[in-house]
Amino acid sequence: MTAQFQQARWNEPLLSDIGTPGERGFIPSPPEAEITARVPDALSGIPASFQRAEPPRLPEVAQPQLMRHFMRLSQETMGNDVAVDFGLGTCTMKYSPKVNEHLVRLPEVSGLHPLQHVDTVQGILEILWRLEQMLCAISGLDRFTLQPPSGSAAVYTNASIVRAYHRSRGEGEQRNEIISSIFSHPCDQSGPYSAGYKIVQLYPGPNGYPEVDALKAALSDRTAGIVITNPEDTGIYNPHIKEFTRLVHEAGGLCVYDQANANGMMGIARAKEAGFDLCHFNMHKTFSSPHNGMGPAMGASGVREDLARFLPAPVVEKRGDLFELDWNRPDSIGKIRSFVGNAQIAVRSYSWILALGPDGIREVAETAVLNANYLAALLREVPGMSQPFPTSNTPLEQFRWSLEGFKEETGVGSSDISRNLSDYGLQPVFTSHHPYLVPEPITPEPAESFSKADLDTFGNAFMDIARRAQADPDEVLNGPYRNACRRIDAAALDDPDRWVPSSRAERTRNRTPVKGD
Amino acid sequence: MPHPYIPNSAPEVRAEMLRVIGAGSIEDLYTTVPKELRYNQRLPLEEGIPEEGRLRRHVSGILNKNTPATEMLSFLGAGCYQHEVPAVCDEINRRGEFVTSYAGDTYGDHGRLQALWEFQDLMAELVELDVVTTPNYDWSTAAAMALRSSVMLTGRKRVLVPAALLLDRRLVFADYLSHDVQVDEIPFNVETGLLDLDALRTALADDVAAVYIEYPNALGVVDYQAPEVVELAHEHGALAVVGADPTGLGLLAAPGSFGADFAVGDVQPLGMHMSYGGGLSGYLAFHNDPAVIESCPAFIFAKTETLEPGQNGFGYLNFDRTHYVKRGEGSQNGGTTTALWAITAAAYLGLLGPQGLRELGEGLMQRSRYAAERLGEIPGVTGPRFSGPILKEFVITYDNHEVSAVDDALRARGIFGGKDLTVDFPTLGRSSLWAVTEVHTKDDIDRLVEVLTEVLA
Repeated sequence: MTAQFQQARWNEPLLSDIGTPGERGFIPSPPEAEITARVPDALSGIPASFQRAEPPRLPEVAQPQLMRHFMRLSQETMGNDVAVDFGLGTCTMKYSPKVNEHLVRLPEVSGLHPLQHVDTVQGILEILWRLEQMLCAISGLDRFTLQPPSGSAAVYTNASIVRAYHRSRGEGEQRNEIISSIFSHPCDQSGPYSAGYKIVQLYPGPNGYPEVDALKAALSDRTAGIVITNPEDTGIYNPHIKEFTRLVHEAGGLCVYDQANANGMMGIARAKEAGFDLCHFNMHKTFSSPHNGMGPAMGASGVREDLARFLPAPVVEKRGDLFELDWNRPDSIGKIRSFVGNAQIAVRSYSWILALGPDGIREVAETAVLNANYLAALLREVPGMSQPFPTSNTPLEQFRWSLEGFKEETGVGSSDISRNLSDYGLQPVFTSHHPYLVPEPITPEPAESFSKADLDTFGNAFMDIARRAQADPDEVLNGPYRNACRRIDAAALDDPDRWVPSSRAERTRNRTPVKGD
Repeated sequence: MPHPYIPNSAPEVRAEMLRVIGAGSIEDLYTTVPKELRYNQRLPLEEGIPEEGRLRRHVSGILNKNTPATEMLSFLGAGCYQHEVPAVCDEINRRGEFVTSYAGDTYGDHGRLQALWEFQDLMAELVELDVVTTPNYDWSTAAAMALRSSVMLTGRKRVLVPAALLLDRRLVFADYLSHDVQVDEIPFNVETGLLDLDALRTALADDVAAVYIEYPNALGVVDYQAPEVVELAHEHGALAVVGADPTGLGLLAAPGSFGADFAVGDVQPLGMHMSYGGGLSGYLAFHNDPAVIESCPAFIFAKTETLEPGQNGFGYLNFDRTHYVKRGEGSQNGGTTTALWAITAAAYLGLLGPQGLRELGEGLMQRSRYAAERLGEIPGVTGPRFSGPILKEFVITYDNHEVSAVDDALRARGIFGGKDLTVDFPTLGRSSLWAVTEVHTKDDIDRLVEVLTEVLA
């Protein structure tokens, strides 16, 4: 191994195991004496049976030790700020500009209550409104809601809108199927399923995308619509997409475009021209808001004008120079979550789009595709690497290739190589969503934030692991070595008799049943 | 000019990369996108502002049109609360390693996974249930997910929820449940604000999947009948979903202690700024029962061993149950939720500990009771409206004044009054819901009493 990376390895004890009884890390401001004199018994009115019998078993730890604990855990975490993390394909990892982090921590964002009178929140409403206009421009659609707090929530929102649309036409009962494709994001099926739909799944043809005939066979008078990603997870663009949307419309359905990762397509092609009625963007992917370790996030759902009446309440309207929240939406699907959504995410994405402008946005897309193709050229040299479809050689923003041949030769598969990448200060490479139609898959997505040197580093590390695996497979299978932890016993994660979601669960499991209990 | 966010913009670098690819131009990389679908215009966006100083001035110029509640005297709550945010919480959740991480998992993100596991661990102690997930978007979506799980687990298609419910919660249920589940509301007692148990008994039948109860409810009342509600639900083979504000759990009975099948609530009060609602984060807890875990696909992390003796490792508990694997086959939707707030809440619970959490709850109850009584003494105010016990919110009713007019007058004097309930609860007349927390001093409350007296005079 030539790399010199070594991640912090603190072997940090669990939070519940640090501190000493009697210690404290924070003292909430107590009520003044006049208040406690007037209300001496806080619990008056609460029956004794509803008072907590035992204090919760929380840690008792002073502030310095708690702070140190979490700082150490942060050092054992490879965010984009510290690591090249484009291995995490389908996630669109990219740089989140620091200026935006500073902006969202201003009291003018963090100190706002969501029920303040609109006169006192004109600034945040203006940001929400301006971001909506930008997303309309990038998609060609007419209205957006920023309420969905994730990409999958946005897909779910769009499925709810499809449901409301067909109900409004008296076809809600009959049209109970949503068509999707197996290389689309998993939420393109689970979202509509949660909205009450039966899913009809399309599988790829010889070119890696579903053929027109497969769609024709799936369409019927039960079709409510199609929810599809394009390019799909494979980075392959379905060139017949316009024909797809035409056929779905002809069958009476609506077309929903999953644009969670639009990073290679901005300014190149839009939802509108491809015939889509609805789409969504992930603000925490393409539009640079940080992923926050898995949220908070934002998925913006967009619709054609005639579907806007179904959007969740409230929507931001501009009247004259003033911004308002319109709650009067009798046809609305309801709400996806409380209030207007994660407003701080909108501030970041608005600021990011504005920093780039129309030319910069297009340059983002072109650079992402350039980076993906350059990385593909580097990884093509890995022994045993193969391209599952002829179209896999001309990917857009990401690509899904196979290490099947390499696994056959060495016994070392894609998940093993992925794990070992973290020994080089790189995030692992995403294998694939399930099912693994492409055997031993890898799916990297090098967004525009990564330099040629970053890509070379990744390519060299990948090649180095491959060479090590050829020389000594076990050495790689037992990796990684230089991380915060060694290879885990993964079987314990899936076994109900062994899994440990909390200390409490462990205590419950170990408690000897008492006779008569 | 190269854009500061895009490294590979130098023409020589691009040319070299294209050479390695074997392409003549960037355009050659887009040959798979049909010409007729290409967008050949310039996107109709505002001109870019690549200079950070100009950008910051522009965005903060817009934001400066806001007046933060935190810089006024605000009594708004109703699902989002102004509590004290320990500096440590801010310090931890601004760490770039956490903020810019995502799905690195076991090896890349060992520290993030441990922190999320610790959130599960501490919350499990707080609510007295063995399994806590990575939190959902907010209290409402956590409750909706638990109710949907109940439907899946029982095969029944009716749920009972309190009529004393926040409007947002009602609308989330309307979207997430009502398309195939009957959501029936159980009225509250107009004197106490507690759930009408007789009405619940009448509504309960063997077609009910779950009964939902929360403390405090949307009227601020701590519904101490929750244990009876759980028992009634179980008598009919229904599951019990119990909502609890964690700031009360230092001294109120934990949902798990009286048999709740699911516990839900919001951890926003545990160290999160309000951020116009962006601080919300809905915890979700249940028993360590594989069937229940299967029905609820929010991420759960499990602790395990590694090749190095004594070392902890972490990973997804039964990843195969998530929507990432099941897709449209019997799983609820899942995905990115609010992990950063879970890490923050873990730190908050660690900072306060059992004693701090108890003191916090006591202080909330004493202040809000003091404020409710003082406001009730003002001529023209009936308050507190309900006799049931309160945690940090209460309802008052104006005898003659419209709530919105009073709010306007208060706002002109630097005070954000309580949430107007005239739309959400029209039967309550000119009522509003006021939140009082540890950020409020006695002087703040006394100032409110003085100003409101003047406004109503």
